[in-house]
Amino acid sequence: MQNISLKQICSGVIAFVLVMIFPLVITNTFAQHVMILFFMFGMMGVAWNIMGGYAGMFSFGQVAFFGIGAYTSSFLLIAYHVNPWIGLFLGGLVAAFVGAAIGYPCSNLRGHYFAIASIAFGEIVRTHFNNWKLIGAAEGLSLPMLSEGFKNFMFHSSKLPYYYIMFAFLLISLTVCYLISTSKMGYYFRAIKESHDVAKVLGINVVWYRLVAIMISAFLTAMAGTFYAQYVLYIDPESVMLLPISVQVVLISMLGGAGSVMGPVVGAVILIPISEFTRVWLGHKGTGVDMLIYGFLITLISVYQPKGVWGLFMNLGKRTK
Amino acid sequence: MSEQLLQQLVNGLLIGFMYALIAIGLTLIWGVMNIVNFAHGDFLMIGMFTSFWLYTLYGLDPVFSIPLCTALLFVIGVLIYRFVVSKVMSGPMLAQLVVTFGVSIFLSNLAVYLWTPDFRLISKPLLSGTWVIGEVQLSIPKTVASIGSIITSLFVFLFLKKTKTGKAILATEMDREAALLMGVNTERINSFSFGMGAALVGIAGAFLSTYYYIYPQVGGTFGLIAFCVVALGGFGSIEGAFIAGILVGLVQTLGGFFFDPAYKYAIVFMIYLITVWIRPQGLLGW
Repeated sequence: MQNISLKQICSGVIAFVLVMIFPLVITNTFAQHVMILFFMFGMMGVAWNIMGGYAGMFSFGQVAFFGIGAYTSSFLLIAYHVNPWIGLFLGGLVAAFVGAAIGYPCSNLRGHYFAIASIAFGEIVRTHFNNWKLIGAAEGLSLPMLSEGFKNFMFHSSKLPYYYIMFAFLLISLTVCYLISTSKMGYYFRAIKESHDVAKVLGINVVWYRLVAIMISAFLTAMAGTFYAQYVLYIDPESVMLLPISVQVVLISMLGGAGSVMGPVVGAVILIPISEFTRVWLGHKGTGVDMLIYGFLITLISVYQPKGVWGLFMNLGKRTK
Repeated sequence: MSEQLLQQLVNGLLIGFMYALIAIGLTLIWGVMNIVNFAHGDFLMIGMFTSFWLYTLYGLDPVFSIPLCTALLFVIGVLIYRFVVSKVMSGPMLAQLVVTFGVSIFLSNLAVYLWTPDFRLISKPLLSGTWVIGEVQLSIPKTVASIGSIITSLFVFLFLKKTKTGKAILATEMDREAALLMGVNTERINSFSFGMGAALVGIAGAFLSTYYYIYPQVGGTFGLIAFCVVALGGFGSIEGAFIAGILVGLVQTLGGFFFDPAYKYAIVFMIYLITVWIRPQGLLGW
């Protein structure tokens, strides 16, 4: 990709420092919570971007991977006392495996057809988890209270550790995405996005690279799922497997700019505070106003800024130079 | 056991005809302009609420409010096409996918805002009760709705094959550029097809309101099932959507009967995955 300029390094370092000292200066727990959600959705957006923005598979079923991650670690913790950090890793593996298993038969699907297949996949997984007695069915799982500490991935007295852990996760996923985008694989992904047939003719193993994109994306999304379970300490299919979460993830990537490393982060920093604040201010009465505004916003973004704001941002930077 | 099975078959057929009618509108929109309308289920919801309010406020029975539902949904469809969908037609595909999601969330929550998320039911519709034929119970509103679905589908089929506008729609579906060169105003065809797709689901909504719960989120499941029906029938194929609707209705009830009712929708989604895997063009697609 493009060379990183000194200016970009400087702004990156400044952003990093600001994020690091944010929770020390602003001790309001709601503000910290919004930041944590921003990191989490930013990470899911980055994961979606690897699959959708680079490899051209528009998935509306990311929530299934999120839920699988949350459920795997939580179930292993409750039933077998497996440490959540190991659960995090295993959840990622399970999600990647499921992603490959469903991705293989879908390897010829493109565009709309893939999008609807991913919705169908998400709904099947949700229905199954809603009825699967072993993992609590519709009642969900409550995580046991363990003693606080990094080892148990559980903190009761403060949100700060969660804040830094989720920020680290976001940085990890950004690194993964950056490495992919600059590697040969990134070019393969983009070739596949442009045209299956041309990519095939060029000798790219389309089916394999699509599976790789799905698996990486699923692994990262499942990590966010495990984090959510450890953060909220209660999960059920209605909170970790609903279609709107998938749509939110797609929207974040689209608003920020699909196919650029930082796009989803920009999308999340705009959208998550808006959706959280409208939810808190307007959503508590159950009148639907918050979602009404949200739906209107989605429509506006798709009509007027479908290529994302990140590109706009970069162009502005160039012009001022 | 066999009576139960027969009853399930009949139930499957009756819901299948409704799926068929809903899916025909969707496949029309999809076929003509290659837009996946995620707000289709919400159009259904608006149709149901229109019929509910006409009944509650003015005592107009759902059977008689069908023309009004159709006209209203046609207008809503055209407006949404003009002000939203047409703007993304030349944009990136991701925006085309996401935009109708936005419309869907907007419409269903507008309904929550205006009418609360409560479940409603039309208390004493003209059509009610059941016919008992042998061992099988036949719900009258469902049967009438099925007949309505058959008549409407037939009408749509004839309209597309016989009239000038219908032929223009089919031509646009086959090859937009060629149709444009032959003097078809494809932009008008788009907006007309979108309106017609919405109007068809409005008819389905009016029929459905005679026996189904009416609430703002009712469109969600119906909309998703309609996608599976469209895929199974072949994208853009009216006949395919009709046959596939009936098949999906049967599979859903029989799957629930033999397997587990909780999984009946999951089975339908499974059909979608299997269809696009084995026969991506659907039953009657090309």
